[in-house]
Amino acid sequence: MTDTINKEILLQIQGLKTYFFTKRGVVKAVDGIDLSIRRGEIVGLVGESGSGKSITSLSIMRLVPKPAGEIVEGKILLYNENLLEKSAEEMRQIRGNRISMILQDPMVSLNQILRVEYQIGEVFRFHKKTNGSLREMCVNVLKNVKVPSPELRIRDYPFQFSGGMCQRVVIGMGIANSPELLIADEPTTALDVTIQSQILQLMKRVQQETGAAILMITHDLATVAQICSRVMVMYAGRIVEKAPVHTFYKTPAHPYSSGLIKSVPVLGKKTGRLFSIEGQPPSLLDPPAGCRFASRCDQAEEICHREYPPEVTLDENANHRVSCWLHT
Amino acid sequence: MFFKKNRNKPKKVKNRIPVVGITFVSGFLFLVVFGNWIAPYGYEHWDMTSMMMPPAWVDGGSMTHVLGTDALGRDVFSRLIHGSRFSLLIAVACIACYGTIGVIMGLLSGFIGGITDMVIMRLCDLWMSMPAIILAIILVSLMGPSALTVVIVVGVAGWPGYARIVRGECLSIKQNDFIKLARVAGCSNLRIMFSHVFPNIANTLIVLVTLNIGQMIILTATLSFLGLGTQPPSPDWGLMMNEGRQYINSAWWLVVFPGLAILMAVLGFNIVGDWLREILDPKQRLR
Repeated sequence: MTDTINKEILLQIQGLKTYFFTKRGVVKAVDGIDLSIRRGEIVGLVGESGSGKSITSLSIMRLVPKPAGEIVEGKILLYNENLLEKSAEEMRQIRGNRISMILQDPMVSLNQILRVEYQIGEVFRFHKKTNGSLREMCVNVLKNVKVPSPELRIRDYPFQFSGGMCQRVVIGMGIANSPELLIADEPTTALDVTIQSQILQLMKRVQQETGAAILMITHDLATVAQICSRVMVMYAGRIVEKAPVHTFYKTPAHPYSSGLIKSVPVLGKKTGRLFSIEGQPPSLLDPPAGCRFASRCDQAEEICHREYPPEVTLDENANHRVSCWLHT
Repeated sequence: MFFKKNRNKPKKVKNRIPVVGITFVSGFLFLVVFGNWIAPYGYEHWDMTSMMMPPAWVDGGSMTHVLGTDALGRDVFSRLIHGSRFSLLIAVACIACYGTIGVIMGLLSGFIGGITDMVIMRLCDLWMSMPAIILAIILVSLMGPSALTVVIVVGVAGWPGYARIVRGECLSIKQNDFIKLARVAGCSNLRIMFSHVFPNIANTLIVLVTLNIGQMIILTATLSFLGLGTQPPSPDWGLMMNEGRQYINSAWWLVVFPGLAILMAVLGFNIVGDWLREILDPKQRLR
């Protein structure tokens, strides 16, 4: 994979395959994906439930649930280091330090019975980056994410925080050690809409201040439009399209992408029934040989069912790529 | 093994404070702490001039020995008070002993899973298939009877119950996102186990321990009664019953009062344990 854009590539995933070995067979949750994230950019990874977005992120963290799940193939390069070759100990040094993560539901991502201070402190304690007292550092974390009166709130328990505040705390923890990559796994799904936009703004601000790259995993296209600079669309374990945000919304190349965009309601525009893509995504136990979207695609041809399309570059400068026979 | 309550039973709407249970338990604890000042005599104090005196309200009794005296003229009331300390001390020591083993085993089993889990759980099955009292008798006869033996024996016999419950709790807590996040923050397994999982099972443990103290009191009393536990002249309740047994026709008070003491202590701890379980159950609290 040649990336001609000169910004330094922070994370590169090559041919990653993460499978789950279950009694009913092998579930190919992530089946050979390539992607790259440059320093300091916000990349959206969109796709419906079960398309392998979260497993991709867990693979990067090397936290795929064992013993069922396993990374069978591929490389995950953080600069030039392959994360898949790291020992458990080295991996722990990287987690929370160079790569960090925000999870979906803030109310359950904090341990309800430990003080917030203790949990934030854990991020520092393990990585032994202490300047000033631990208390001060924890207060700073909360200050950073605009939690009001941090000196007092630090002594509180997570259940005393609202959902949005909890997510702020989690984001604060995520960026506390100024990681190079922050993986946000649907950070706004559990929040209501006004809080969502606050959190997104916060993340954007934080990204500008720390220069961390963010991999934003979501199924909400509005979120992507709001903060991402590039989008990758995932379908049934594979990435079908990679595009800059504007190109993606204006001229989506893959039928699945255009389907997704068409199914978003537009404010002020009267539509009848919303567009929906017919059918269900294929079973990952036994994915079809050809394009995985072929059975639901209204433009599918014979070859689509037979062979998986190669990745085609549509626009070299904008780095717009698609895996679809329509464009070959 | 510890919870045999019907799970389908509709939940009580209101939690009444169990006055009886709390009275018994606090009375018991009061005696444990202040017994030395309350007891009119020491537990080894004997007086041959007042042997086998009946309780004060029976003919021939006197207020100098409220609950009567035994064959050596020792004051039953005083010995009961001193005995409370023995009972609690032994019960607590037992629980501390096997609670620690059980919790560690349970955490390892639940958290690490895989082969570790299997080995520990099969070991538990094996252990639990042996009746505790038989196991205790075998071990005591090997090591010789004493208070320390009782602690060790009961400790060795009791850990699987704790291990299983802790494992179960651990399995469900492990699924939480905060465990994942702790991993993301770079915590080690050991740290997650003890500083994230353990505090979450503390509630269950408190209930378990409270309910268990009652059982331990019975078990140690049983061992003492069989002559396998504490040895004379300790004022252990079980031992007192054992010693009084031979005079049961002429001096009923030697058996009845220690028996009542055991009953009240155990009943109290059980009631309080049940109550604690209800008020500490997070499912019953508002989310």
